[in-house]
Amino acid sequence: MEGRFPPSNPWAPLTAEELEARKVVNVNAETVTNTAATDIPGHWGPEQDDSWNLGRFRDNLRIDFHQNKPHDAAFSLVGVDASIANAFRRILIAEIPTLAIEEVFMFNNTSIIQDEVLAHRLGLIPLTGGEKGLKWLRSFRKPPPKDDFAAQAAHNDDGEPSTASDFNTVVLGLKVECRWATEALDGRDGKKLAKEGETDPNVRYVNSNVYARDFKFMPQGQQETQFAGEDAIKPVNPDILIAKLRPGQKIELQCHCIKGVGMDHAKFSPVATASYRLLPQINITSPILGAEAKKFARCFPKGVIGLEPSDESDPNSEPKAVVKDPMKDTVSRECLRHDEFKGKVKLGRVRDHFIFSVESTGQLRSDELFLDSVRLLKAKAERFKKHLSELEEGR
Amino acid sequence: MARTESDVEMADDATGGAEQNGSTGDEFRKQRLRLLPNSTETAASFAFDKEDHTLGNALRYIIMKNPDVEFCGYSIPHPSEAVMNLRIQTYDDVNVFEVLRKGLEDLSDLCDVVEDKFVAARDEYAASQPGGEAS
Repeated sequence: MEGRFPPSNPWAPLTAEELEARKVVNVNAETVTNTAATDIPGHWGPEQDDSWNLGRFRDNLRIDFHQNKPHDAAFSLVGVDASIANAFRRILIAEIPTLAIEEVFMFNNTSIIQDEVLAHRLGLIPLTGGEKGLKWLRSFRKPPPKDDFAAQAAHNDDGEPSTASDFNTVVLGLKVECRWATEALDGRDGKKLAKEGETDPNVRYVNSNVYARDFKFMPQGQQETQFAGEDAIKPVNPDILIAKLRPGQKIELQCHCIKGVGMDHAKFSPVATASYRLLPQINITSPILGAEAKKFARCFPKGVIGLEPSDESDPNSEPKAVVKDPMKDTVSRECLRHDEFKGKVKLGRVRDHFIFSVESTGQLRSDELFLDSVRLLKAKAERFKKHLSELEEGR
Repeated sequence: MARTESDVEMADDATGGAEQNGSTGDEFRKQRLRLLPNSTETAASFAFDKEDHTLGNALRYIIMKNPDVEFCGYSIPHPSEAVMNLRIQTYDDVNVFEVLRKGLEDLSDLCDVVEDKFVAARDEYAASQPGGEAS
């Protein structure tokens, strides 16, 4: 696809084969070629129509789901350019707002974990709650730090900082004190057991571990109805260990959670990972038979290459290597290292077939997150359309 | 907790804008698009405040898809400044503003198509699963 010299008309529109070929990124033994997309008007001459066409885009676009769990969605997005797919991925990671602990007010902390370390740990705990309530929450505009003049200057033409209110701040409380287990309260005497040689802190003490489930949601104002019952704000995973305590140690604090975006702090990122890879393509150009076929299959992960009788009518004929499921391939290029397969196989990746994997941290469902990213890109475009009109009017 | 006047205003802005998520609050009010000096009708550079590769590359691609465009490219002049510059040069007498507007509209249409197809594909998948909803 690098050069193209049709004898009769050098500017003829691309043939079906050439259109297929330009969709493939060639993965060779030592190099990767044909990496740049060339579906730009003028690239293949005036006869090839590569201009934007919504109808054509709609016809070519395909989305196939492979998995759709709340915390893990996998799907193929086929027929878009890398720049668009990458925009969705970047928005997923850095621009979809989520709720996280931002402000920690320590009333008492006599544990061995320092205030600032504890506060950092708390910030990273993924929270969840009713979907409706989370959408109802507004983002909180934090005033910049007092000693950061650059941030202050940038903030000044940004509008007023928010004041904490029920529609932008969620309050969580944490109050845990560790003590010895007593006969009266716990049905076992921790001190006595310790003397007898008991070493398990869970038996000797009460509250020796502080978990995320110990957080208490303290609804403010309208939050009472927005996050009622099952919809209460709570950690996604109740078993996250926050701190360890020993008798007499105490943690008492209050957290203010706000809505923020991943570009400000990773704790606001709604996804653990959001990534894509291109669909691998294995093109067997001349038949690979017998023992070679078996060796060929071993060059790929299980299930990528299958063996079929080379003669369809005779099931006992020599086995032939066929491509069964290129999606499972890792494009290790192992097959290109063996001389017997030289010239018999071509590896590549399909340029416009993105296999997305979106793993939510649990606040929002993975498929909803992707939809949010699409809507957010649209909102960006719409916003700048407005700004463009204002710019033209000279405002 | 009483709502102050500016809070109410902000909440209203957000609902009208970056969909219900209200991601960007009142950023709608502020002009975030500037025309850089020495721009003409057919060759201009725009500065997008608080934008990055996310919009830059997507917009560059969709504007390049326009056959009236001779050149389109974007850059982020400095990593510590949240500004993205977009350069557009057109053929003949085609107006760059119109080209940019078409680019933004095309991008918006593209998102609509992706959203519709995604919802359809998801519902179809959910229906095909034995358990009904998410597997």
